[in-house]
Amino acid sequence: MANEKPPMVEIKDISKSYRRGSQIIPVLQGITFDIAEGEFMALMGPSGSGKSTLLNLIAGIDKADAGIIRIGGVDITTLTEAELAGWRAANVGFIFQFYNLMPVLTAFENVELPLLLTPLSRKERRDHVEMVLSVVGLADRMDHYPSQLSGGQQQRVAIARAIVTDPAILVADEPTGDLDRASAEDILSLMDNLVHRFGKTIIMVTHDPRAAEKAHIIQHLEKGVLSAS
Amino acid sequence: MFIIKLIIRNAFRHKLRSFLTILGVAIAILAFGLLRTLVGLWYLGVEQSSATRLVTRNAISLVFPLPISYKDRIRQIQGVKEVSFGNWFGGVYIDEKHFFPNFAVEPRSYLDLYPEFVLSPGERDAFIRDRRGAVAGRKLAAKYGWKIGDMITLKGTIFPGQWEFVLRGIYHGAQKSTDETQFFFNWEYLNETMKRTTPRRADQVGFYMIGVTKPELAAEVSQAVDDTFRNSLAETLTETEKAFQLSFVSMTEAIMIAIKIVSYVVIVIIMVVAANTMAMTARERMAEYATLKTLGFGAGHIAGIVFGESVVIAMIGGVVGVLFTFPAAHWIETELSQFFPVFSVSTLTVYLDLLAALVVGVVASIFPTWRGATISIAEGFRRIG
Repeated sequence: MANEKPPMVEIKDISKSYRRGSQIIPVLQGITFDIAEGEFMALMGPSGSGKSTLLNLIAGIDKADAGIIRIGGVDITTLTEAELAGWRAANVGFIFQFYNLMPVLTAFENVELPLLLTPLSRKERRDHVEMVLSVVGLADRMDHYPSQLSGGQQQRVAIARAIVTDPAILVADEPTGDLDRASAEDILSLMDNLVHRFGKTIIMVTHDPRAAEKAHIIQHLEKGVLSAS
Repeated sequence: MFIIKLIIRNAFRHKLRSFLTILGVAIAILAFGLLRTLVGLWYLGVEQSSATRLVTRNAISLVFPLPISYKDRIRQIQGVKEVSFGNWFGGVYIDEKHFFPNFAVEPRSYLDLYPEFVLSPGERDAFIRDRRGAVAGRKLAAKYGWKIGDMITLKGTIFPGQWEFVLRGIYHGAQKSTDETQFFFNWEYLNETMKRTTPRRADQVGFYMIGVTKPELAAEVSQAVDDTFRNSLAETLTETEKAFQLSFVSMTEAIMIAIKIVSYVVIVIIMVVAANTMAMTARERMAEYATLKTLGFGAGHIAGIVFGESVVIAMIGGVVGVLFTFPAAHWIETELSQFFPVFSVSTLTVYLDLLAALVVGVVASIFPTWRGATISIAEGFRRIG
């Protein structure tokens, strides 16, 4: 037991609330769980339950009021905004419901975006981008703009952008929420492939039980509290 | 490089909006440039005044004449190199709408004192020899299709009657900014006619122009001229040509200030419009800025993208405005030459135009840049699960 690998994600007693005027609205209360490396976890729950807030905390784009979030051994609750930005760029890949691609950039340029913050050369960046675009099956669409791609293809580009820096974890917020059934299946298969073939750790927020079925673990949030797993 | 690429592409993302914003800035810069040119030209006479020329007039007012006999006494004052004289004639060609400045002058000394009015030697001699000879500026002659030898009739207002002149020369300006719409004729013609018809008005001039040997002597010579005629029936007021011109300009100072204010107001208006457009644009792109921040781009990157887009749009508008200023100024100079004989856009005005466009871009971007740079990622996405 002594040489057992520490979990990739450790969440301990996390709380978060928002202030609306003089009112304080609790969003998350006492959340605690771990995720091992290479696991695929789905976070489910009704709207307003705090799923996306929890995802944002894990991804380091929002700050918890209390508790510890340790990712790959780093307690991100102690990092400054600037440190968090650097940490995110190196360790987290994001997949959004509405893809969040830059409409004025081609698929290639969108995927290249996170690499612009690394010391890689132009050629190295090109090699990385071409490789991940071929992983998501869009090698022949790299010069297309988002408006020239279908929803499913745009989400593939977003996944390619998320994995191009080879991050430790991927966070996905309703990645199939804007897709038809067939495209959603493709995206889920791709994510499953990322876990099994590339050993990625994925945390996915979803409303869709069929999407959640792909995950190894399902966590339910109800009014800011984990209800079952 | 990526930031520049993104700025350029974002600037033309909404083509109609960008086009209208650029057009608005261009029109504002055009108006600003033309108004600044107008203000600049108002002072052009002052700026182009020679440091070695003085103007002597009646101390009471310019409308009161001075005796011709003063000429020889002025010439004897130390430091005086040349003396000329003349009258504002105020003649009307065809009707009052066809206004151009016309003067009776002593040809030889006048042309010596004003080398900026360039005549060929033959035309100069013909003008000096012919008592009914006249000289017109190139633009004025072109406007009425006058040719050398043409008979030109002016109706006298200050000096009544029909006055006929023979065009002996067409001058061109030594500089681009020289007024080429003036009309001069031989003072002797005016004086001889006055002797015959109104003797009490003969042998009198409206003003003397004095050339001094060195600019440093201007004050000393002015004082000496006025001292010479102190306590006479017609005391003089002598001042540099610049001061003389300024006395005219100062009469319209309030109008010039109003025009300057309007030129700034135009810029402020377009600044507000551009700021609104940029704020709208930035608001629409908050999710994109949040995405970039999520990927690790900092506030500086976002600020650069918003700021750069605003400046690029404003500067394109500024350059287009400057490019349109030149043909517009040429049109004014050609079609409205009776009001604006010279209407050339100066280099300083071009710089002011571009500076104004830059200020519009910078000011318009302040709020959206601050908003884009400081917005939190979560707020940018506006989503709480």
